[in-house]
Amino acid sequence: MKVSLKVNGAPTTVDAPSDMPLLWVLRDVLDLKGAKYGCGVGQCGACTVHLKGAPVRSCQIPVAALQGAEVTTIEGLSTDGTHPVQRAWEEVDVPQCGYCQAGQIMSAAALLARNPSPSDAQIAAAMNGNLCRCATYLRIQEAVRKAAASAPAASAPSAARPRQAGAPRSLRTAP
Amino acid sequence: MTRDTRVDRRQFLRVTAIAGGGLLLGSVLDSVSADSAFAAPLDPGAAAEFSPNAFIRITPDGVVTIIAKNPEVGQGIKTMLPMLIAEELDVDWKNVRIEQAGLDTVKFTGQVAGGSSATPNHWLPLRRVGAAARSMLVAAAAKTWNVPAAECETASGVVTHRASGRSLAYGQLLDVAATIPAPKLEDVALKDPKSFKIVGTRVRGVDNHAIVTGKPLFGIDMSMPGMLHAVYEKCPVFGGKVKSANLDEIKRLPGVRHAFVVEGVGTSLDGLLGGVAIVADSWWLARSARQRLKVEWDEGTTGSLSSREIATTAAVLAKHAPQRSLRKDGDVDAALASAAKVVRAEYFYPFLAHAPLEPQNCTAHFTSDGKLELWAPTQNPAAARGLVTKALGMQDADVTIHLTRGGGGFGRRLMNDYVVEAARIAKEIRVPVKLLWTREDDMRHDFYRAAGFHNFTGAVDASGKLVAWRNHFVSFGDPEKMAASATGQAPFGPGAGIGAGEFPARFVPNFALDASVMPQAVPTGYLRAPGSNGIAFATQSFIDELAAAAGKDPLQFRLDLLAAEQPSTGAQGGGFDGSRMRGVLELVREKSGWGTRTLPKGTGMGVAFHFSHRGYFAEVVQATVNRGGELKVDKVWVAGDIGSQIINPSNAENQSQGSVLDGISEALAQEITIDKGRAVQGNFTDFPLIRLRQSPPVEVHFHVTTFPPTGLGEPALPPVVPALCSAIFAATGKRIRSLPLSTHDLKWG
Repeated sequence: MKVSLKVNGAPTTVDAPSDMPLLWVLRDVLDLKGAKYGCGVGQCGACTVHLKGAPVRSCQIPVAALQGAEVTTIEGLSTDGTHPVQRAWEEVDVPQCGYCQAGQIMSAAALLARNPSPSDAQIAAAMNGNLCRCATYLRIQEAVRKAAASAPAASAPSAARPRQAGAPRSLRTAP
Repeated sequence: MTRDTRVDRRQFLRVTAIAGGGLLLGSVLDSVSADSAFAAPLDPGAAAEFSPNAFIRITPDGVVTIIAKNPEVGQGIKTMLPMLIAEELDVDWKNVRIEQAGLDTVKFTGQVAGGSSATPNHWLPLRRVGAAARSMLVAAAAKTWNVPAAECETASGVVTHRASGRSLAYGQLLDVAATIPAPKLEDVALKDPKSFKIVGTRVRGVDNHAIVTGKPLFGIDMSMPGMLHAVYEKCPVFGGKVKSANLDEIKRLPGVRHAFVVEGVGTSLDGLLGGVAIVADSWWLARSARQRLKVEWDEGTTGSLSSREIATTAAVLAKHAPQRSLRKDGDVDAALASAAKVVRAEYFYPFLAHAPLEPQNCTAHFTSDGKLELWAPTQNPAAARGLVTKALGMQDADVTIHLTRGGGGFGRRLMNDYVVEAARIAKEIRVPVKLLWTREDDMRHDFYRAAGFHNFTGAVDASGKLVAWRNHFVSFGDPEKMAASATGQAPFGPGAGIGAGEFPARFVPNFALDASVMPQAVPTGYLRAPGSNGIAFATQSFIDELAAAAGKDPLQFRLDLLAAEQPSTGAQGGGFDGSRMRGVLELVREKSGWGTRTLPKGTGMGVAFHFSHRGYFAEVVQATVNRGGELKVDKVWVAGDIGSQIINPSNAENQSQGSVLDGISEALAQEITIDKGRAVQGNFTDFPLIRLRQSPPVEVHFHVTTFPPTGLGEPALPPVVPALCSAIFAATGKRIRSLPLSTHDLKWG
């Protein structure tokens, strides 16, 4: 089926099987490889993206539910990797293998957009759905704290309003 | 332009002017001086190989490119090995670019991520690569200025002659450097570690920026023009074969381009296993078609195997005389007869899956000229090529393997079944194809951490000293070979063995290690700290029981035991140094405040140590169990001795914390059970990984000693499991003799 949606601010039309999850639309139709496949059942969070600013498991959202959707992926979180969460992740040197980290960062960015100064318990609650097989959890926690401290509430980038680089990019549509 | 670069086996460095200007400093490692240095323990065949290596490229703009040769799966090697070169080359890390090498057995040896071996194997050789390049650049400057090289110094990629106030950047010296004879490996002077500027500093992962911006780095991210997507269905019973499949129906489904049966090659569980390949325009369509696939399987002889049957067989074996004695010191029976207290206990740990977060995948292109190109997140690319050439009847020269970043490895990707499957599919269809397994494929077709059964008898004398130890270890392997001979390599299955020198060998006067094995019906392999991750649990837990029987503090009991070291005789029991372990045990005692705090009821501390992969680790866990039996791990203290230099403290801390949490993750609720010959668990719903909320603070301390630096991918993991179990005992009085913890009722009071 054909659906029209916005991905990282750019309008695009996708023609794909109605049950194909957003994750595979992003990865194999739109060639955005940042969101990762880890479990396919919404358990690991590696596929986390934002839908109107809310963190969702893209492996659980079929094409049939995407008409008019506004999707932000890790590629659209900032133009150059300067979102406070991305910066904190680099500074704290969080990644080991790095496979889950795009999903972790999207969950953290969504948390800070709605709660710029979360408590440790709130961080744990927001991040508990994202598995890290390398178990970098202690640094994930530290990086979220650091990102919160570095982005004063007033200027915290909202996940609902991802930064755009000028005009929307034209994205490849599925045949 | 091109100089004669005849390979001279005595020569260490060669210089090549490269296209576009610049200098390639390649090294040729002498097979004698490399010796064990580049011998990968898991690939001993490569050890003797003579290899010309190419590690450094300097261009006139001063940019230094360092080649990272080993597979990166999260252990940090792509950052760490280049640090060694950059340090001795004396350049600023910010001016270094890193390039990942593919498999190249002509230029490199030991391209393996395994055995925590990269640090000990490269500490000196790769520093020498950098130092030799530096010495040539210094010689080039000296020649240019007509001054003695000894009067020149380097810093930040610049050679300076202080007396005349002249300096030249490396990038300006390339043409002259290309005329300088290469120094011999053994002649190269290395820096005094006190003057290190990169090694010993917190260097962040070189791929961090690409990771946090979602760039395609991993095998699963591969795409190329015209590429198709494949899934592969194998028999759920290990090693089963396809009898028939509804291929005609599958071929008619949307997007499906190919559906065919693959015949297995050989009978080995780590070779190409038979199955059904479905190739489609997208992975989702291939996967959707697979849900309609109906296969009739020949399940072979193991279709009724179960975990219960395995446990029953193990218990029977434990009651009989062992198939083989692995080690015998003193007289255990006599010591037991005269001991003050005798303790008997049986320990069990289950099969475990590796479950790296990136499911197995490989992209393959079989071209019209009969060549095969592969992109794979493998930990062992040379073995992958061997498997592929054997299964497909190809030559090494016709197979190219590119190394992608691996989304976790943990030993799973030492096996290359997914690589040979992709290669076989590519050969059939002759267009680029990416094979991607589902999570369920990964969990149900793993090479599992072998389950293990330890049957202990131990005794202490009236003074509380350990005087006798017997372990009848029951595992997997070849029972006939085990019983047939009393000597030689014990025929354990992969990752299912125990070393004859395993602690407490040499620390107890009357010691016996016996073994029996069951046939290998479940594929086993190497999970992070293989062997050790189960053996430490059993051994250290039983030592805790003996400490309790002796009425001793569990930490002091261990210190006393370590002080009773007997010298190593012959090959058995070498490598473990009790005094180094005492060092970390004393450090963790101090850091954790062991024995100095009064803990509330339901809270306890446990301690354990383990030596593996040349690393010494002692760990203390504090855990709380409420009356309802809910367990919370409060904190973990880690003390490690991995030698004289922590090369990258940031990664060292990250690896140690990750290893500890990984161990806790295994202990809490992980278990692969076998039923009807197949693995029951299939996803994170029934094989749970630890989550952030369950993760305690992990305080890491390194005890710096004078020994050469060793690796850190594995040795911090094993002790945390028994330390946690002993903490539970201290908190509740319940002794944990089997894993996972989720199978125990921890209620108390």
